[in-house]
Amino acid sequence: MRFRGRKKREKLNRLLPVRDQKDPGKGVFTRRALLIMAVQTAALGELGRRLYDLQVNNGDHFAKLADKNRTSKRLLAPPRGLISDRFGTILAANKTNWRALLLSEETTDVEGSVERFSQLVPLDEHDRSRIAREIRHKRKFIPVVLREFLSWDDMARIEINSPSLPGVLIDVGTTRSYPFGELLAHTIGYVAPPNEQDVAKSALFALPGMRIGRAGVEQSQDAMLRGQAGSVEMEVNSVGRVMKELDRQDGTPGDELALTLDVGLQQTIQNRIGDLAASSVVMDCRNGEVLAMCSTPSFDPSLFDSGVSRAQWIEWTSDQRTPLIDKTVSGVYPPGSTFKPAVAMAALNAGVISPSDRFFCPGHFDLGGARFHCWAKHGHGSVDLHLALKYSCDVYFYEVAMKVGMDRLAASAHELGLGTELGIELPHQRLGLIPTPEWRQKHKHHWNGGDTVVSGIGQGFVQVTPLQLATYTSRIATGRKVEPHLVRAINGDIGAQVDPQHWPELGMDDRYLRAVREGMFAVVNESHGTAPKARLAIPGVEMAGKTGSAQVRRVSRALRESGHFNSATLPWEFRPHALFICFAPYDSPRYAVSVVIEHGNAGADVAAPLARDIMTDTLLRDPVNHKSAPGQTVADAE
Amino acid sequence: MDSRMPMRRFRKRLLRAEPNFRTLSKLWQVSWLYILLICTLAGVGYIALYSAGGGSARPFAGPQAARFGFGLILTLTVAMLPPKFLVRLAWPLYLFSLALLVVVLQMGHVGKGAERWVMIGGTQVQPSEYAKVALVLMLATWFSRIPYSKMGNPLRLIIPALMVLVPVGLVLKEPNLGTAVIIGGIGASLFFAAGMRLWQIVLLLLPVPFLLKLAYSHLHDYQRARITTFLHPESDPLGAGYNIIQSKIALGSGGMWGQGYLHGTQGQLNFLPEKQTDFIFTTIAEEWGYAGGALVIGLLLLLILGGMVMAIRSRNRFGRLLALGISVNFFLYCLVNLSMVMGAIPVGGVPLPLVSYGGSALINVMLGFGLLMSVWVHRNSRFGEEGDEESA
Repeated sequence: MRFRGRKKREKLNRLLPVRDQKDPGKGVFTRRALLIMAVQTAALGELGRRLYDLQVNNGDHFAKLADKNRTSKRLLAPPRGLISDRFGTILAANKTNWRALLLSEETTDVEGSVERFSQLVPLDEHDRSRIAREIRHKRKFIPVVLREFLSWDDMARIEINSPSLPGVLIDVGTTRSYPFGELLAHTIGYVAPPNEQDVAKSALFALPGMRIGRAGVEQSQDAMLRGQAGSVEMEVNSVGRVMKELDRQDGTPGDELALTLDVGLQQTIQNRIGDLAASSVVMDCRNGEVLAMCSTPSFDPSLFDSGVSRAQWIEWTSDQRTPLIDKTVSGVYPPGSTFKPAVAMAALNAGVISPSDRFFCPGHFDLGGARFHCWAKHGHGSVDLHLALKYSCDVYFYEVAMKVGMDRLAASAHELGLGTELGIELPHQRLGLIPTPEWRQKHKHHWNGGDTVVSGIGQGFVQVTPLQLATYTSRIATGRKVEPHLVRAINGDIGAQVDPQHWPELGMDDRYLRAVREGMFAVVNESHGTAPKARLAIPGVEMAGKTGSAQVRRVSRALRESGHFNSATLPWEFRPHALFICFAPYDSPRYAVSVVIEHGNAGADVAAPLARDIMTDTLLRDPVNHKSAPGQTVADAE
Repeated sequence: MDSRMPMRRFRKRLLRAEPNFRTLSKLWQVSWLYILLICTLAGVGYIALYSAGGGSARPFAGPQAARFGFGLILTLTVAMLPPKFLVRLAWPLYLFSLALLVVVLQMGHVGKGAERWVMIGGTQVQPSEYAKVALVLMLATWFSRIPYSKMGNPLRLIIPALMVLVPVGLVLKEPNLGTAVIIGGIGASLFFAAGMRLWQIVLLLLPVPFLLKLAYSHLHDYQRARITTFLHPESDPLGAGYNIIQSKIALGSGGMWGQGYLHGTQGQLNFLPEKQTDFIFTTIAEEWGYAGGALVIGLLLLLILGGMVMAIRSRNRFGRLLALGISVNFFLYCLVNLSMVMGAIPVGGVPLPLVSYGGSALINVMLGFGLLMSVWVHRNSRFGEEGDEESA
């Protein structure tokens, strides 16, 4: 078989270019080599075709993927908007923050660098564990913050020792500063680093150095103050390290806010209040601008940015005077007698009484089996509206409240700004409460006539905030439905709300408003009014007001009848709150003031003089009085 | 006389060697066109490595150029060696290669989960690369001594089969699947070209599917992972499928004319794994587009076919088989590497000859080209003819 095939093959071999009779394997080799060459050509040809498919036919698809690989967009933190008072004094600024960073990839001995750093700038246990954690979790080229808020001394020490601190670098960021600190802590609020929930909401918060408003105007106006993030598009390599910048768009800084506050007035009021647990709101009653809102005691807001110590936190939270709570919007108090003008307005509006209607006050009011006392043990005799307000006669208002009914009373109080939400730009606003039978039913209780009676003197379930009191005073004084607000201008543009005409009329009869104002005038300026101490010392300017002393605990009959009852001898937390509301000048109302002194005992004795002083300060600071144009700084004005 | 005889023999030997004149004339016989092709491809490699080094001769392009210079001298030197001398070298070189393969298993430097490297004189050597050349030489020598007429006898094929299987087994144990397949492929092609009978081939191919199944069950986890991720690369885009996906992205983003030299984003930004070694072709195709990629494939094909033509043109059996083995080796290098970067076969550590960065592969490829040139230079030599064995 072998030999038969051989002859045939040799014949074939003659046809091939290289023939060799002495080399019988040659023909087979050549044919098989040609076959291998064909296979090789086909194989590389197929690869060439496949390459064409990948590169040219599907090129666009892969080019897109490559671009996605290579570019990375990062956001740039915008500078936070500044906050100033009405005269341009800066209340919240951005201050440079020098910090030490550690870039792990620049050193072989990370622990050594941290250790040597801590010998220069002390790091506490909390810092150390945070640094160790961040070094483990962050990529090597992303810096880890060793320490923020370096002093010049710290920086000098670090710079001098930089040869022994490989990977440590000093960087500048910004932090929020509050030049007036405690004075405006509640109103301005503070900022803090965003937490995980914030980061989940917006990628902007993941940026280093980004802060989020956590209280006050910083929180309510956060979106405005935050600004628009810039972005930088960068080419990155496979491990994410930046190679070069492709495109940069600087962010827009946050809006600059000018508040309605007058920081000088705020300071004066603060000084007058001292360390009482008290609050006071001063409003321009024509347009609702809040000139000052004090809540004492206060706290240092800058501590929140750098971290509050445990001891400090305990001190704040255990203080009975609640320094962390903004009493002007989050403190709720029974309004006591300061509620009486609202009751009068409700009754007059409802038409159930006229200003001249008289009621007889025997010193108590009986409803069913219950007896409600007037503060004057022997009664005020026959009183009309004017006298009732002037003497603050409880029985008159028990009667009036019963006549007008709780529903109409509540509606009217809401209209005046009590127990309702106000437009002020502050978070954590509490609504207070004007109770209604419906509300009581919701809580599975029956509404008693007695509940209406005590509501008539602002006791029982009635609760309001100091800001609501000031707003209500303003509305009575002007007859317009002004809303309290804090933002006066955004980026220098003053809003339409400065114009009193911007605010709608209350829709209450002017005669009734005047009757109530007259009553409030009498409280301060007529003999036998309840607040003679509130009389202004400024010639030609008169003030109208209303006192209030709100019990925080029911006075038992036994105690009352013992005749030895004196609230001033009670423990502090059981004494009544002292309240006073007022507006001035009486003939052309400009300012409204509310004062609440927690457990201050008697409104007439404690709150009224304080309100008088505050009003005096406010009137004297009025630019009209000292002829300095708005826009001048407080320092200039003084 | 007695004392003069060795002297005369020595003189005769000296005359026969005639080093200066004959070597010079032999040098003219070298196919300079082929050398030019080699240099062109190496030049493409230099340009690509310059880019892979981020637009710098360091750390890849410069050292590789120096190695190529050395390799070129090696090629030309080996080209001068007559077949008789090469035949004598076959056994020692082959045994040495097996010894190296054993050494690498014993004390190899582990790279990427496989023991492939061994230190010799302070440099890392990959013995499997060298084993391929040694095996080609060994098989060509062995087959040249079997007359074509005796090739039908299966007993004659046992020893050469062992010569293939021993290094294949050792390389598989490293484990380096890609190189083992290449060694097997070289052996098969030489058996085929040497004149193995067709019925033998058919008989041998029958059990292949079972062997493949057996082989798969003995694969390392990382090798299996390569096969699974090759089949579904998107199942693990950041892990085992990463190489294939990024390589495909790089190729695809090149388009027809490429992203421009030094502007290939995938390569320059390190998304490409091993861009200077196994994936150098991707860098070229990304920056120069399909035009550049096709050019490289064309050059490779010319070198392969050129080698095959040299094999056909040789007048002696040894030369033919040697040249064919070298060409097939070169072809398999290219095939495995290109298929790998295009995602057509699972990834394995096979460089692109002449282009990829790396000393072992380059020197061995240049050594192969030296042998090829020697075949070409001595193509008309009647060495190793049929009947040689009978007369010896």
